[in-house]
Amino acid sequence: MLTVAIDWIASHPSEFLRALGQHLLMSGISLGLGLAIALPLAVLILNRTSLAFGVINTVNALRTLPSLAILAVMMPLLGIGLMPSIVALTVLAVPPILLNAYVGLRDVDPDALEAAIGMGMSRRQVLWKVRIPLAAPSMFAGARTAAVQVLAGATLAPFIGGGGLGDFVVTGIGIMDMSRLLVGAVPIAILALGTEFTLGQLQRVLFSERTAS
Amino acid sequence: MKWAPKHIPEILLAVWQHLVLSVTSVLIGLVVALMIGVLCARRPKLYAFALTISNVIFVIPSLALFALLIPFLGLGTKPALVGLSSYCLLILLRNIVTGLQGVPADVLDAADGMGYSRWQRLIRIELPLALPMIVSGARIALVTVIGIATVAAFIDGGGLGTIILIGIDQEYPEKILVGGVLTALLAIIFDFAMTQAEKLVTRWR
Repeated sequence: MLTVAIDWIASHPSEFLRALGQHLLMSGISLGLGLAIALPLAVLILNRTSLAFGVINTVNALRTLPSLAILAVMMPLLGIGLMPSIVALTVLAVPPILLNAYVGLRDVDPDALEAAIGMGMSRRQVLWKVRIPLAAPSMFAGARTAAVQVLAGATLAPFIGGGGLGDFVVTGIGIMDMSRLLVGAVPIAILALGTEFTLGQLQRVLFSERTAS
Repeated sequence: MKWAPKHIPEILLAVWQHLVLSVTSVLIGLVVALMIGVLCARRPKLYAFALTISNVIFVIPSLALFALLIPFLGLGTKPALVGLSSYCLLILLRNIVTGLQGVPADVLDAADGMGYSRWQRLIRIELPLALPMIVSGARIALVTVIGIATVAAFIDGGGLGTIILIGIDQEYPEKILVGGVLTALLAIIFDFAMTQAEKLVTRWR
């Protein structure tokens, strides 16, 4: 079955590469947008308790919605295609990044903050030179969770005409062709595992000395 | 809201299927995770191995995992149950082992001194002390599985995902919303109920 699947990829390289490209494109853009929205938002709500309460609760409520429903809801709002999928995946990416970044920024060691203020740093300096560097590991952890979730969500994009590798799975189940199904499922699994592994190693390399001390 | 009020029995049936599917998967996952957890709670190398395997399963996107099971198990409830219970393993295993490892060494010594056999010690001392962590793991697993179970509809697993998929096919936003919101509600209700259970268990302990 697997050899049939590999043969199919070999004989339809452009079709496979197009799906892979769509998959990576929508995941990458959504993750980028998610970071661009969630990180500034985390800083914005940092010292505003009531705003933070509202935003965190909204985000938590959003998280209970299944990803299939978030994708599906985009169809009546934005139609079908790549764009609605990107919007839906961005909605999926924001919660983990926002929550991790907010908790990381908030729970920075108070002694470090006091020392920074004592040294005469302005609020802006405290934010950029103390809070953000100290919160970087948890921001990264949030982005890692988001990346895996977005890749998983992207497999559901074909339901709303968004394309990607999930297309082969959906077609495979539709025509009950097991090898076609594997053409989608195996690369999806490898992509997700590879991303998780790479980001995990990167996290270790980037932040190991700080956690060790 | 035109469709929902006229199709309440259909919706309730989907809710019921969704519940049965999610709860059964977590129960199966719990049995498997307990066996693995007890085996590797005091064996760090084996635990690291089991953790890696369950993390690999957890990271594979749900649609792909279900798809990989279809050649072996076909369509329907069977691959849905297997897939969903495999998803719980990571969460359950981590909590079970953390709970078991949290039992203080003096307590274990005392139990040994009182002449408890391995098995008695496990049933009477270790598992009851680890119970709050286990319940907490079951809560997170159940909330996660309730969300993922919507995808199981695509491989004929039934449940609320069916309503969402029909809504997509017919471009009928109300069905998508009914399916999605009910799934979220189920997750919230169980999150709350299990949190209460967790408190109760902690007090009882």
